[in-house]
Amino acid sequence: MGHPAAAPPFQAGFLIGADLVSKVMPLRDAVSQYARDGAVIAMGTGLESCIPFAAGHEIIRQRRRDLTLVGPISDILFDQLIGAGCVARVIAAWVGNVGAGIAYNFRRAVEEQIPRPLAMEDHSNLTVALALEAAARGVPFLPSRTVLGSEILRGHERLREMTCPFTGERLLGVGALELDLAILHVPRCDRGGNAHLWGNLGVTLEAARAARHVVLTCEELVDETVIRSDPNRTLIPGFLVGAVSVVPYGSHPSPTQGYVNRDDRFYDEYHAETKTREGFLGWLDRMVAGTPDHAAYVARLGASRVESLRPRTARLAAPVDYGL
Amino acid sequence: MRAEAPAATRRQIMVVAAARQIRDTEIVFVGMRLPLLGFAVAKATHAPRAVGLFENGVIRDTPPAGALITMGDPPNIAGAVMCTTLLDVMSHLERGRVDVGFLGGAQVDRFGNLNTTWVEEGGRRVRLPGSGGAADIAALSRRTVVIMRHELRRFPERVGYLTSPGYGSGGAWRREAGLPRGGPARVITSLAVMGFDPASGEMVLESVHPGVTIGEVRAHTGWDLRAAARPDTTAVPTAEELAVLRRFDPDGAWTG
Repeated sequence: MGHPAAAPPFQAGFLIGADLVSKVMPLRDAVSQYARDGAVIAMGTGLESCIPFAAGHEIIRQRRRDLTLVGPISDILFDQLIGAGCVARVIAAWVGNVGAGIAYNFRRAVEEQIPRPLAMEDHSNLTVALALEAAARGVPFLPSRTVLGSEILRGHERLREMTCPFTGERLLGVGALELDLAILHVPRCDRGGNAHLWGNLGVTLEAARAARHVVLTCEELVDETVIRSDPNRTLIPGFLVGAVSVVPYGSHPSPTQGYVNRDDRFYDEYHAETKTREGFLGWLDRMVAGTPDHAAYVARLGASRVESLRPRTARLAAPVDYGL
Repeated sequence: MRAEAPAATRRQIMVVAAARQIRDTEIVFVGMRLPLLGFAVAKATHAPRAVGLFENGVIRDTPPAGALITMGDPPNIAGAVMCTTLLDVMSHLERGRVDVGFLGGAQVDRFGNLNTTWVEEGGRRVRLPGSGGAADIAALSRRTVVIMRHELRRFPERVGYLTSPGYGSGGAWRREAGLPRGGPARVITSLAVMGFDPASGEMVLESVHPGVTIGEVRAHTGWDLRAAARPDTTAVPTAEELAVLRRFDPDGAWTG
């Protein structure tokens, strides 16, 4: 699957004793240890790709409750957690199904308090990013010019109009949003949690730095020499990371570039099947509650479907030379 | 040569008309769903030097490597010029470098305000997904192009919830709200092309698609829509434009 991690040869000879403490653990343990009831958790930080669905499903299996979910858009992951009764509050710019439109569990929760009431803190994508960046820097807010005039601002606890202390202009102040946990799905990382990312990054780097704890799920665990062969591609340093779980296809049905393509049909099927509460509960039983772990979920998808999602054509980047 | 293609559907005419709003060499902020297709068509036809910015962090100056459902699909990443963060691409928007923001929407009103948050249907409040990046794109682009299906429920006189600012209540509303620039330039629908009166900010009918009457447009609009003195007929897609459209929407997911 994917490409061999070290397709272009790289030199590891100058690496002297990184002596990494391994943070690798099963996803079940990572979720049990870090995703506590009532936690503020960011997921889906890459927007439509690298969504940590496997971790979200494990949160459902472990029956976490009263979570606050944070993300710019989440595609259908937040909808699943909301429908499973795990969520008390969502802080997001968009909650839906990107291919099909509406996310029905989100609607049922907001409109009818099914399966439980859901508080919604509406944002734009930029205000989510700025709220996380403020927390990442340890400042109470960051200024912007966005969203002025929008009803999103009405009575908002984190978005306030303000006067610029330098120019006197009207600006938006975006209050910091600290996270208990950021769960990020990455293409590859080492056992210390140093992660290589490629493709669109969304708010992933801001979320990693805004969080007290970071849990990574990865497609591929690689040797630390692979990470150090290309330090510019290391976008999450291991010292931020508490746990690494190796979860191939952990972003399914969202894509992870070079490892798995988007399962478009899955989103349409989910949309049709979850239109009613009963339909969703059937889906949940079959795909999440009825599968003990992600490997079983992937098996439930079927080998031919999984095979059809593998990239058919490799597109290797040209290697760069970090020579001395 | 503009070879006419009689098979064009209204939704195909809509997407192509919207794509034509993108001028060559422009910096375009491309929203989710229909705008992805419109941008791909523009890039592959009349605007080869336009640059697309996507809120997930992608910057592209070539058409995507295949059909897209989302901007994060692998064909939008492979061959991109740059893949970065949302804050990085949106800095260009905030700084005023984006010529045109390209948006869809659930509802648009007389002054081009968009609602993607709450609508009323049959006396019941219905929750929609929310802003995404639309409020940012509407607030900060130098101009905005909106693409959506023309239905009465999508064209109320005033949106029930103003998610993404157009001209507010008209006149100097944007400036008074603190917005630095911009506002909607065109609304392209399945029936017509609308512009905006520069003084009042009110929507004005500019052209109707072939076979559509002004009366039909007004019947699907929730207020007495002003029309230009002599509304044009929207130019139909060329054979080349239709071929490109089919390449990027092979299953008719967006225009079928």
